[in-house]
Amino acid sequence: MHTAPQVALLFIVLMNFAVLGTSRLSTCIRAVAVQGLLLGVLALLLAPRFSLHTGVLALGTIVVKAVTLPWFLAWAIREAAVRREVEPLVGFNASLLLGVLAVALAFAIAARLPLPGMQQELLVPVSLATVITGFIVLTARRKALTQVVGYLVLENGIYLFGLTQTESMPFLLELGVLLDLFVVVFIMGIVVFHINREFDSLDSARLDELTD
Amino acid sequence: MSRNALISLIVLLVAAPLLPGIALKTKSVLTGRRGAPVLQVYYDLWKLGWKRSVYSATTTWIFRAGPAVMLVSLVAAALFLPLDGRAAPAAFAGDLVAFAALLALGRFALVLAGLDTGSSFEGMGASREVTFATFAEPALFLCLIALVLATGELSLSGMLGAPLAAAWTRAPASLSLVGISLFVLLLVENSRVPADDPATHLELTMIHEVIVLDHGGPDLAVILYSSALKLALFAALVASVFVPRARLGAAASVVALLAALILVSAAVGVVESAMARLRLTRVPQLLAGAGALACFGIVLLLA
Repeated sequence: MHTAPQVALLFIVLMNFAVLGTSRLSTCIRAVAVQGLLLGVLALLLAPRFSLHTGVLALGTIVVKAVTLPWFLAWAIREAAVRREVEPLVGFNASLLLGVLAVALAFAIAARLPLPGMQQELLVPVSLATVITGFIVLTARRKALTQVVGYLVLENGIYLFGLTQTESMPFLLELGVLLDLFVVVFIMGIVVFHINREFDSLDSARLDELTD
Repeated sequence: MSRNALISLIVLLVAAPLLPGIALKTKSVLTGRRGAPVLQVYYDLWKLGWKRSVYSATTTWIFRAGPAVMLVSLVAAALFLPLDGRAAPAAFAGDLVAFAALLALGRFALVLAGLDTGSSFEGMGASREVTFATFAEPALFLCLIALVLATGELSLSGMLGAPLAAAWTRAPASLSLVGISLFVLLLVENSRVPADDPATHLELTMIHEVIVLDHGGPDLAVILYSSALKLALFAALVASVFVPRARLGAAASVVALLAALILVSAAVGVVESAMARLRLTRVPQLLAGAGALACFGIVLLLA
């Protein structure tokens, strides 16, 4: 009961590294999908007892984060005929280094956060590390699609933080967050499409060229 | 030096040429071929040993010293590993730096010997080898630092010996990360598939093989044996991290060492048949990933 969530949390951090270190878009998306799956499993593992609440939450997480959104992103790559390589502003090795620093920073901060009712001491540092990783991917990658991936990683981190409070978080609120996420990624997908049609590329830096 | 440590050292030195053979056999079986005999490296060593050395007129004593320095430095490095799972033949606080330095010295000698021939191919191979080494060495040190933190010991003999079993109960996650990272290092340091292809025959793509192109006869035999020994050293390192053998009996620990060596080389064969070689520019990325794993292990230990 104590080690299984730890293993899942470790794998979530490893998936962060995978997103930062890989040069292939499809690997990025797959890593985020695995992360989503781990989040769903984690929601089940961390619940003190199985209830309808945790069951639906876990199922919803897996369906949205591990199946629907990755599938949608993969579809967007195929339809928009994007080059399947990540275009980094910060190199892969430097990003990995930043990722490691993020993990170190997260552990340092988490040790100072006074949080009540912690059952799993790894949960807070891993969630902070995932949030920072999301920010790194958002800022250090050029393609609009990788920015969606960064946003998903960021959201995964926030979700992890939410897991510390599953007992007190209302059910509808969590489903609402999942729905929001779905809608946002959907809108981002449409935006990605329009950027692609306007510039024949997904390079978000070229949005600077837009004028009235 | 205890009798048991001596026996394990002799087992390692004798069994080393077996490991590339096992890796190759695994690869052959998995890809549906019969493959060379497992003892092929011994046959090659025997054949090369009886040949005459031929030296190019452009080479100097550096070229002739290369293989000898490599062999001696690797055997000296082997003295620091607690092969029987208890204590190494030689140990002092901080000998992990000596271990890494001896490995580096062996590589340095081989690279110099390659450069000494004045061949541009060999110079290219040497530059690649050194490029990879600059990324591999920090990762190795990060792994060793994680082991120091996990066990509180400053010598390889201590950190891979008895305290390791206790550390596994305290920090299983960190030690698994270190073990995986060391396995990646094993693949890169020994010119195995994701970094280099030992079966390649095109000079432009070779790394390790191209450095030794001008060596022949007994010199090549020494290099062949040294490469096998280096693989065995790294395999023993990985095996020691994953399987603490301090509680086993004297004979059982030697048998366990041999079994672990065979298992690690079979794993190398599985990796070789499962994945393609990485592009040259991606190998540093792989090594940075290995370093990141070790860093994560360290962070977990410090938290």
